[in-house]
Amino acid sequence: MSTRLPLLLVLLLCGFTSPTFGAEPAPDFTLPTFPDDAGISLHDLKGRVVYLDFWATWCPPCRKSFPWMDEMHARYKDEGLTIIAVSVDKKRELIEEFINQRQPAFTVAHDPSGEIAKAYRLRGMPSSYLIDRNGLLVKTHLGFRDKDKATMEAAIQALLKK
Amino acid sequence: MIKTFLLAAGIGASLSACSLEPVQPWDRDILAQQKMQLVADPLETYLDEHIYFSKEASSGGQGVGGGGCGCN
Repeated sequence: MSTRLPLLLVLLLCGFTSPTFGAEPAPDFTLPTFPDDAGISLHDLKGRVVYLDFWATWCPPCRKSFPWMDEMHARYKDEGLTIIAVSVDKKRELIEEFINQRQPAFTVAHDPSGEIAKAYRLRGMPSSYLIDRNGLLVKTHLGFRDKDKATMEAAIQALLKK
Repeated sequence: MIKTFLLAAGIGASLSACSLEPVQPWDRDILAQQKMQLVADPLETYLDEHIYFSKEASSGGQGVGGGGCGCN
């Protein structure tokens, strides 16, 4: 009994500290897009790997991530990657101004009420989520730093191979 | 007596319209504006404080190292 107790404790601790063993389905959404307002829904993207990014014009590191997302879009869109950058800006004009200036090649969507951000339990800005081809949420990443680029790209590649 | 006071204070606090809800990350647009910053110009503040501490030749207050010899 006494030898099993530490093992039991370790197992318990593992259960409390590790992320969930099975990936959970990513919360579905339908959001307006830019510039044409065609709209985008997550459930229409089954079979593709989705990189979902929450950003805002007032957030400097968010703005910094745009060139990298453009790069990823160009490199992997034909292999099945869809990038959706969801802005949580309150005003549509701010996003339009930014997009006209930057001309991103990937999809930019709008969540003015923060409802979808809440569904994804956003802890900070920017936050990105990787969703596999079956619509399961497999990776969450907070912030955007140059040193994280390689790790993020490796995670995208791994999901595309699946 | 103290218990009654604490109870009354607790009830009062819970009935006040004060919220302890933190601002959500997606609602920080106004807080992120330049005019909402505590320090308007970080570089100018740094230089001002550096000169002030050098002139005053003392230390502490801002956590500056040194023993008051005037070399900080």
